[in-house]
Amino acid sequence: VVDHYENPRNVGSLDRNAKNVGTGLVGAPACGDVMKLQVEVDENGRIVEARFKTFGCGSAIASSSLATEWVKGKTVDEALKIKNTDIAKELCLPPVKLHCSMLAEDAIKAALADYKLKQHPKKEESEQKA
Amino acid sequence: GDGALRPLYMDVQATTPLDPRVLDSMLPYLTAYYGNPHSRTHAYGWESEAAVEKARRQVADLIGADSREIIFTSGATESNNMAIKGVARFYKSRNKHIITTQTEHKCVLDSCRSLEAEGFRVTYLPVQKNGLIDLKELEAAFQPDTGLVSVMTVNNEIGVKQPIHDIGEICRARKVFFHTDAAQAIGKIPMDVNDMKIDLMSISGHKIYGPKGVGAVYVRRRPRVRLEPLQSGGGQERGLRSGTVPTPLAVGLGAACEVAQQEMEYDHKRISQLAERLVTKIMSEVPDVVMNGDREHRYPGCINLSFAYVEGESLLMALKDVALSSGSACTSASLEPSYVLRAIGTDEDLAHSSIRFGIGRFTTEEEVDYTVQKCIQHVKRLREMSPLWEMVQDGIDLKSIKWTQH
Repeated sequence: VVDHYENPRNVGSLDRNAKNVGTGLVGAPACGDVMKLQVEVDENGRIVEARFKTFGCGSAIASSSLATEWVKGKTVDEALKIKNTDIAKELCLPPVKLHCSMLAEDAIKAALADYKLKQHPKKEESEQKA
Repeated sequence: GDGALRPLYMDVQATTPLDPRVLDSMLPYLTAYYGNPHSRTHAYGWESEAAVEKARRQVADLIGADSREIIFTSGATESNNMAIKGVARFYKSRNKHIITTQTEHKCVLDSCRSLEAEGFRVTYLPVQKNGLIDLKELEAAFQPDTGLVSVMTVNNEIGVKQPIHDIGEICRARKVFFHTDAAQAIGKIPMDVNDMKIDLMSISGHKIYGPKGVGAVYVRRRPRVRLEPLQSGGGQERGLRSGTVPTPLAVGLGAACEVAQQEMEYDHKRISQLAERLVTKIMSEVPDVVMNGDREHRYPGCINLSFAYVEGESLLMALKDVALSSGSACTSASLEPSYVLRAIGTDEDLAHSSIRFGIGRFTTEEEVDYTVQKCIQHVKRLREMSPLWEMVQDGIDLKSIKWTQH
């Protein structure tokens, strides 16, 4: 956790308006945890780039940092399989911090859902035209 | 140990190091003079008793009391329990109502809660945004059977100083006992039990450069305050607190009080300057920082700051070379932030973003400067990583967002 916290991977932002970028924003400031996770997906459905920003404790930052590392190189469907339990295990999170890994899983799913949503309107459009 | 450097200590509200003069005073009683102060029949007992009585006078002198009004305890938690439960139970046939505040230390709140289970009624006064109680609300809270008011002098989380003089007046006029938890106040600001019309006071050793495991409770003799003892036994401490008085610890507490009396003015001036330095430097370099609690009615050595858009625990982790504490409860089992911050109306996200800086007798200017520099550096870094900061920079109003629940 300390390593991911002190040297977080993939901090930053992608262009949220780009068609192949999915953005997930989960959590609430009132709970002390907010994660923004973005993925850039290529034409083959593979995640080529990921970025995150987190308002939260060291475990939250580490969980989202790890999440960005793990999604890179996976297809959208493979990334959806990432479970919070895997994240928690990898980081050896204590029970009191498990919600951080759950939020990271939520962030991945939210980002991928956003990406899929952006693809569908185009699909519908082309289907209507046809 | 292994030569590794230890963090700077900026958490004096949690505990303080022993003043070397206090340690000096204690050592003889930890080595050669080990008698039980209640042993009446030999020199070991007599010299031990003399030391305890001297310590008792030193504690009394610090607060303008008579030494017969000082009872040694294991600490302020026990003193608070004794004062609140002891007084309530003694007078329970005629007084069933207690007034306290929402920002008291857990041991006061918990003592009140346990009394509620015994059939007492308790009013927990709210505080204003500046952390101070509203005196009019206090006056309105009195009922015909109110027996006790308990309000802490200086708050341990945000440093605000309650209007003790005024509260004392109000209570005395209504003949209601006034108890104050002065653990964070004595030895730091002048306290006089007669000036302030205080009837009971809790004192802690390890908050004033004294040893851990000892404290005292002041119990007024004129007019007489009676209390039901919590601890039964051989009748030591006027029957109010049975148990062998731990001579070395009592001596340490007494010495700490005497040293504090001597150093109070100098310490206060120096600590005020350092506190001003810390706050001014941080606020001039970093925007969106809020100081929690009244700017004026406070003890300067306890500074609680909220750094918007940065979470408290992550900042503490970043400031790993400095021993600090936060108002966030990411460190506690629940996701809820400090009840003190909630009581002053701090927005929940800001409550998760707060850090408490403690400046004490031994804090140096260099330590303050180092802490400030690291704090500024890491707040800026964490804001770069914060989606909230990013949204605010983009002109988004965070209050308009529908956040996901968990």
